[in-house]
Amino acid sequence: MRQIDKEEKILLAHGSGGKLMQELIESFMPELANPILEKMDDSAVFDLSGRLAFTTDSYTVNPLFFPGGDIGKLAVCGTVNDLAMSGAKPLYLSLALIIEEGLPVADLKKIIRSISKAAGKAGVRIVTGDTKVVGQGSADRLFINTSGVGIIPGGVDISAGNARAGDKVIISGTIGDHGIAVLSQREGLKFHTPVPSDCAPLNGLVADMLTASENIHCMRDPTRGGLATTLNDFAERSKAGIIIDEDKIPVDKAVLAACELLGLDPLHIANEGKLAAIVAAKDAERVLAAMKRNKYGSKAGIIGEVVKEHPGRVVMKTNLGASRIIDVPVGELLPRIC
Amino acid sequence: MKYVNEYRDPELGKKLLARIRRNSRKHIKLMEFCGGHTVAIFKHGLRQLLPSNIEMLSGPGCPVCVTASSDLDKAIAMGHLPGVIVTSFGDMVRVPGSASSLQKAKAEGADVRIVYSAQDALKIARENPGKSIVFIGIGFETTAPTIAASILQAEQEKIDNYYVLSLHKTCPPIMKAILDLGEVKLDGIICPGHVSAVIGSMPYRFLAEDYRIACAVSGFEPVDILMAVDSLVEQIESGQPRVDIAYRRGVKPEGNRAALELMEKVFEGGEAEWRGIGVVPGSGLKLRTEYEKYDADKKFEVKVSPAKESKGCICGAVLRGVSTPPECKLFRRVCTPERPVGPCMVSSEGSCATYYQYGEKRG
Repeated sequence: MRQIDKEEKILLAHGSGGKLMQELIESFMPELANPILEKMDDSAVFDLSGRLAFTTDSYTVNPLFFPGGDIGKLAVCGTVNDLAMSGAKPLYLSLALIIEEGLPVADLKKIIRSISKAAGKAGVRIVTGDTKVVGQGSADRLFINTSGVGIIPGGVDISAGNARAGDKVIISGTIGDHGIAVLSQREGLKFHTPVPSDCAPLNGLVADMLTASENIHCMRDPTRGGLATTLNDFAERSKAGIIIDEDKIPVDKAVLAACELLGLDPLHIANEGKLAAIVAAKDAERVLAAMKRNKYGSKAGIIGEVVKEHPGRVVMKTNLGASRIIDVPVGELLPRIC
Repeated sequence: MKYVNEYRDPELGKKLLARIRRNSRKHIKLMEFCGGHTVAIFKHGLRQLLPSNIEMLSGPGCPVCVTASSDLDKAIAMGHLPGVIVTSFGDMVRVPGSASSLQKAKAEGADVRIVYSAQDALKIARENPGKSIVFIGIGFETTAPTIAASILQAEQEKIDNYYVLSLHKTCPPIMKAILDLGEVKLDGIICPGHVSAVIGSMPYRFLAEDYRIACAVSGFEPVDILMAVDSLVEQIESGQPRVDIAYRRGVKPEGNRAALELMEKVFEGGEAEWRGIGVVPGSGLKLRTEYEKYDADKKFEVKVSPAKESKGCICGAVLRGVSTPPECKLFRRVCTPERPVGPCMVSSEGSCATYYQYGEKRG
């Protein structure tokens, strides 16, 4: 195999369909190899049977590498998690790269390795892909799109509209880790934080939860917009109210400190390895116990419940015994001025 | 988390609330000056917990909100000058001026960049020697020293393409101006926390002595605010107003000498226009003559037409404590954080945005 020069950059020619492009793609192959991909036909061909879940997501993140992950890991985990949130067992992913000319080839290799590792961990295969190179300024270093398919086991019916009064709200762990990890690396805002991104595939955790109970009504990974957005979505679609307890929401000390400093609310900050679930009350403890046995759910907790009152609204009971409405954040989260 | 957890202690909070309920008899009006206080009060649900005879009003302490449309129009005009990079705190780019916003100017091709501090703007100046970098200096005595420091650093490094549009404002003069307007009758003021960390508590003495208004400097945690309210109630009930510090871990009576010296070295008092209030003498900070070469206002003479305020927007009355956001006809119907009409809906610490985010809604 050809050695990669450290300084080597992606050129427009890498996307031209010619020899350079072929070389580049072939250099990815050993990392991603599987019998379906290796055929290199125009489409991936495979058998599937059962209820299919299908999802797509595009990934842009600044910086490309952050504590605890990178855009590649994110692109795999994000799509795997979207499939898992409907109760599906994720199976196959597509991978499309839009590369800005000038991206160091070494960075791209590192990201491909990370994609391979994340796919291995999640037990999914990359079965089809595409690579494009665009001129400088036409993209921000690297954009990735992944689509995924999975199979939903019989009897599973998970949807944001399924919450019923009396159900319990469960969160799988500390919130805000990913958003703070990425923010801490931003130009102009660099601060040292011991918090890595929580970016992780959650399909194993979901499988454990589904084994524990057939009464998981809603499930979602609170990515952009944070837990506040996910819970509001559950409340609105289910036409039910949600009450959560400020005391019970797990937040890492360092995340809390960063939020205090910047004037941000952990409820509004993105996660990439957490899920929020609405579970029938009678099964809540059993689901929680199953989650706690999984490494991605060890800090899981019941944080609230679904109520008949204030349909469509999420209310938080504060430590002092008052209550306030939890709304979705508006626009980009910006640190306060003074 | 030290310095936070103890000030969120529910037991301590409940004890303070019980004492406030016990001691407070008169119907009183308190103003929390800072937008940060308004957010904290809503976030922790303090209005629901205080007895109904204590009325809380939000004040003008939101730097984005009080920036005059004409000043914003000027910044936008500077953004359209060739070779100029306008740098600004994030919230500011979304505020609608008379006809545009910095965000719109950016979409039209102006080079507008969001920075987190004046140091970032200075860095852009270092990296772009062929361009002129204008930093929109907004904020109160909290941010002014850091911007003064950036000017001194530019001087030291001989950076000659860095300019500040100084729209800084100072708190004690605007408090006086609001009281002199006579529109609201206040019994007590929760004085700003971070501003007081710089200026100390002495500058508020005139409020207690001349206006007979109780004052308490407060931090931003629920226990801080309850301690301040507790002090205000005690001062009002006893008829002995003074200036109390309920934020001892952050504020000394004499303030922060180093920060004050920086500010005084670079800036001097001048008039400033406040959105919804008008021009208030002595409430602004202008660059001293020695530093006027860094003054964007002097360097770029942009002409802007007299500012136009959006029809129906009552941000001015909200900032003066005369009206509350829900009293505005546009609130929540036309004016939302996604499509703000006035500045109080833009800033995360603006009263309208806070009422929108945390207040009652959707029937």
